[in-house]
Amino acid sequence: MRIRGVNIWLTALLVVLAALFAFPMLWFLLSSFKPGSELFSLPLSLFPKSWTSSGYETAWTRFDFWRYFANTGTVAVITTVFTVLVSAMTGYAFAKYKAWWLQAFFVCILITTMLPTEVIMPSTFAIIRDLGLYNSLAGIIVPSIITATGIFMFRQYFRTVPDELLEAARIDGVGEFRAFFQIMLPIAKPIAVVLAIFSFQWRWNDYIWPLIVLNDPNKYTLQIALRSIVGADNIDWSVLLSASVISLIPMVILFIIFQRQIMSADINSGLKD
Amino acid sequence: MVQDSPAVAAPAAAPRPRRIRRPGQTVAPLLFISVAFVLFAVFFVGPGSLGMYYSLTEYTGVGDPEFIGLANYEKLFGDEQFYRSIVRTVLYTVLAVPVHYVAALGIALLLTSAATRFRSAGRVIFFVPWLISPIVTGVIWRWMFGENFGLINFVLTSINLPRQQWETNGDLALGVVILAGTWAGTAFTMLLFIAALRNIPKSYLEAAQLDGASASQRFFRITLPLLRPTSFMVVLLGTLGAMKEFAMVQALNGGGPGTENMFIVQYIYQTGFQRAQIGYASAVSMVLMVILIVIALIQMRFDRREDLS
Repeated sequence: MRIRGVNIWLTALLVVLAALFAFPMLWFLLSSFKPGSELFSLPLSLFPKSWTSSGYETAWTRFDFWRYFANTGTVAVITTVFTVLVSAMTGYAFAKYKAWWLQAFFVCILITTMLPTEVIMPSTFAIIRDLGLYNSLAGIIVPSIITATGIFMFRQYFRTVPDELLEAARIDGVGEFRAFFQIMLPIAKPIAVVLAIFSFQWRWNDYIWPLIVLNDPNKYTLQIALRSIVGADNIDWSVLLSASVISLIPMVILFIIFQRQIMSADINSGLKD
Repeated sequence: MVQDSPAVAAPAAAPRPRRIRRPGQTVAPLLFISVAFVLFAVFFVGPGSLGMYYSLTEYTGVGDPEFIGLANYEKLFGDEQFYRSIVRTVLYTVLAVPVHYVAALGIALLLTSAATRFRSAGRVIFFVPWLISPIVTGVIWRWMFGENFGLINFVLTSINLPRQQWETNGDLALGVVILAGTWAGTAFTMLLFIAALRNIPKSYLEAAQLDGASASQRFFRITLPLLRPTSFMVVLLGTLGAMKEFAMVQALNGGGPGTENMFIVQYIYQTGFQRAQIGYASAVSMVLMVILIVIALIQMRFDRREDLS
């Protein structure tokens, strides 16, 4: 059925699917504003009968959120800066220089996507420990810096930059490093932004490395702190729901700021970390 | 943005004069890749080879690993929990990947169709789960599907249907994991498909329509074949992602009921870190690695990556 080019059935399907996707979030968000007594009292109601932020207050006082935010933020920001820089340099080398060892290393990088390091975590843990990085934020940062996705994105991008630009710079006597840092890197800013957003999301939501590397609750990241609430024998749902909502706030802000870049990111290089 | 644009390389009219290579042009790329190379060696090759060594030893994390040959592997092949974890992980992968694929492609089609409304709002809604960490995803779905307190069972009983054992029935619990995984994973895959769908020239579809091709013919004969590279990528990444599923399940049901839905990465974590059997866990890792290599090789056979060169 079409009315002025709009297919009613397809639109209805889209709306129903969107509602199904939104509902779990909505339910979770609304429940976090219910008082503890109302969470389990039947019949359940969609909206809280009495709105309260007591769950948030308890969560905020019982957990040192500032510390978790600071830890997670430190890890996410530092890793992201290094990830963007290292990916840009490596991707640039793959795109603009020719040598058999570059080819070989590129294949190695592609292989890392096929074999995620989670798979070999016992020995990765041993290496992190032997490097003296156990129980430190650096132990999460350093192993997470290289990502095939980032390298691949930059390689694809730099391949579209005409070689003539580099040739011209060379003829003008610009050194290889200056050519990269002053000409090529600024051109690649759109890619850097997209990768930075992705990297930040990966690190903010990362679970497995912080779980393995961190031992001291003072160094916990948000995800590990949340896990300690879910893992309890008796889950305090009121606190858990509010704490989970709090942990999402930075990502939501990031999304609102960079929505355009994220949604239009033509990520058909398509590797996911 | 990331796509190859052959247009740039097109004007190859005059053969370029052979450049004289300055030494800087060998040293520079070497330095450019040096950091990545060191990290690759230390955090990829290192753990890989160390894991292979550990798998041949008895090692608890303290003291020195004691070489015991293939004993870990022998033990592994008689380890029932290991088989159960492998079977469960493979079952999850086989069920989840097609569901993810269909959900993401279907939504991407609806969001790129000219015949639907509310597309931009829809895009935001479908994308929001990308912001949510696997742990919180687990929390959200555990809250919905709680057996005694969850909304789903409440709704079922209100319409006089029996409550379901979302937590104590292993298969239903796996179903919830698949649902939650699809909900969380659709966002990114959907973006991939949207980008790929936009790259399909409209003229192909219009021409087919003029020739009287039905909507389903246009989809199966034109759109789907042109999406092949993206589909390949989605299936490969989805498979690898499903095989290493861990964080979300931790928060959703902890691999429960009991150990029924304990996936292989969780099993590695449990043996290696909670029971400190690093040697044994490494043997499991090696087996998983071989499985992943085989999966990757099989899938590569179906689609050669043309832009390797």
